[in-house]
Amino acid sequence: MRSSRLWRALPWNGLGILPFLLFALLFLLLPTANIVAGAFVDDAGGFTLQNIFNLATPEIINAFWLSIRLSFTSALIGCALGFAIALAVVLGGLPRWLRGIVMTFSGVTSNFAGVPLAFAYVATLGRVGFVTLLLRDWFGVNIYALGFNMISFWGLVAAYVFFQIPLMVLIITPAIDGLKREWREAAEVLGATGGQYWRMVALPVLGPSLLGTLALLFANAFGAVATAIALTGSLLSIAPILLFNQIRGDVLQDPHLGYALAFGMIVITGISNGVYVVMRTRAERWIK
Amino acid sequence: MKRILSWAAIAVGVVYFFLPLVGMLEFSLKMRRGEYSLDAYRSVMGDPQFQATFGYSVLMACLTIVFGVLVVVPTVFWVRLKLPRLRPFMEFITLLPLVIPPIVIVFGYIRLFNTSSWLPLTGSALGTDFLLMCGYAVLALPYMYRAVDTGLAAIDLRTLTEAAQSLGAGWITVLARVILPNVLVAVLSGAFLTFAIVIGEYVFAALLDRPAFGPYLVWAGGNKAYEPAALAVMTFALTWACMMLIQLATKFSKHTRMPH
Repeated sequence: MRSSRLWRALPWNGLGILPFLLFALLFLLLPTANIVAGAFVDDAGGFTLQNIFNLATPEIINAFWLSIRLSFTSALIGCALGFAIALAVVLGGLPRWLRGIVMTFSGVTSNFAGVPLAFAYVATLGRVGFVTLLLRDWFGVNIYALGFNMISFWGLVAAYVFFQIPLMVLIITPAIDGLKREWREAAEVLGATGGQYWRMVALPVLGPSLLGTLALLFANAFGAVATAIALTGSLLSIAPILLFNQIRGDVLQDPHLGYALAFGMIVITGISNGVYVVMRTRAERWIK
Repeated sequence: MKRILSWAAIAVGVVYFFLPLVGMLEFSLKMRRGEYSLDAYRSVMGDPQFQATFGYSVLMACLTIVFGVLVVVPTVFWVRLKLPRLRPFMEFITLLPLVIPPIVIVFGYIRLFNTSSWLPLTGSALGTDFLLMCGYAVLALPYMYRAVDTGLAAIDLRTLTEAAQSLGAGWITVLARVILPNVLVAVLSGAFLTFAIVIGEYVFAALLDRPAFGPYLVWAGGNKAYEPAALAVMTFALTWACMMLIQLATKFSKHTRMPH
């Protein structure tokens, strides 16, 4: 008798997801693991931390620092404006049809990133752009004479905010929907003013969602490459552009430094996504 | 007071979003001196490079959608039916493409599948195309997986499967003729979103050196004046169309669902 019990105990059900696992392994996990491993290996193939230490050149540190500031600033502005718009749509007493339009529009614009966004931006604020000419001809203000430059920190922030706001609106609206009317009524019955309700009830409940989405927007901006490349022609040295140039032509003259750079990016987006997941779990305690 | 503040927030949003959109539209019409014309669009449409790269990206998007559906639908079905304990694990895996920057993933491809590796996919054009398709499927995985998972959550999977099986259907028949039609709307949502992601994608195509629409856009941005704005308008319209089709599909499904 064949040991049919053992035969049946084998994880045959697992076979059903084998194609998927193979796909994920080959095209997601192994490539990433390969880069991470490359960051901790020297030329001879031995384990080393030297590549990570080698990241501490002024060029790379500046690139990371610029990326972090850029991502954080655009995430913060996107969060604030997106939250204001979401609040207005859900609780602001505006006509109902507006909500549908805002949500659809957010769905479109959050996907309208990358190269075309850069073009729209150049057509608007470039040297002969729509708004540039408008300001010059109608108000006599030449923004370029005033020192405005698209290929600058604030120039990129303004472009990034364009896809950060709609993402914020899409993620935070369900959270605002989750604020129960009873909470407000209970607060009012106990004599709270509107300000007190927001400070002591609504914002603490929304806090984890807000922080989590901030972290998500940060990661979203940190990994973005295409908009910046199309806008600056890979001149502005932010971390993803540095990595892009490294992959194209080994500009750092050390392949292992490239892997360490990529690893550094994974660490940063990994941490911010971790914050998002933890915060979302917290938020779900209140908002179901 | 509250309403005034709300309108103010909306107004800020409208200004911030409509200025660039109006800006690119206006700019794209200015190619002819002194009057508005569609010259920039005509110039784009007539460019053989545009036709080739756009066609390539559309084909890539379609292949990615088919491939993604073939990978995702049976997997979600199987996990929900037989391996529900694996769901957190699957959620984790399918979230990873949002965590790992795309540029790092493609960097890994170049290392792992180069000509001197055990699977030299980048050695031939066809192999690289396949690799690019898989990369796009990875980028779309979080959206496709969630869309299908939500779709399957709404139907009584076990009963449907058992009913089909008791009538003699095999697994392929169950999937293709019972499950897929039931989650078609979810699959379509995932498909249109995939299309919107793939069509203008730049980093994967550029670093794998394939003639896709994204690299063409960047090239046009560096070499042309008015055409980029026209291209941006066209891409925006395409993205809008994809989102509209998703909404349409969702609405359609609400009307056809039987009342319980």
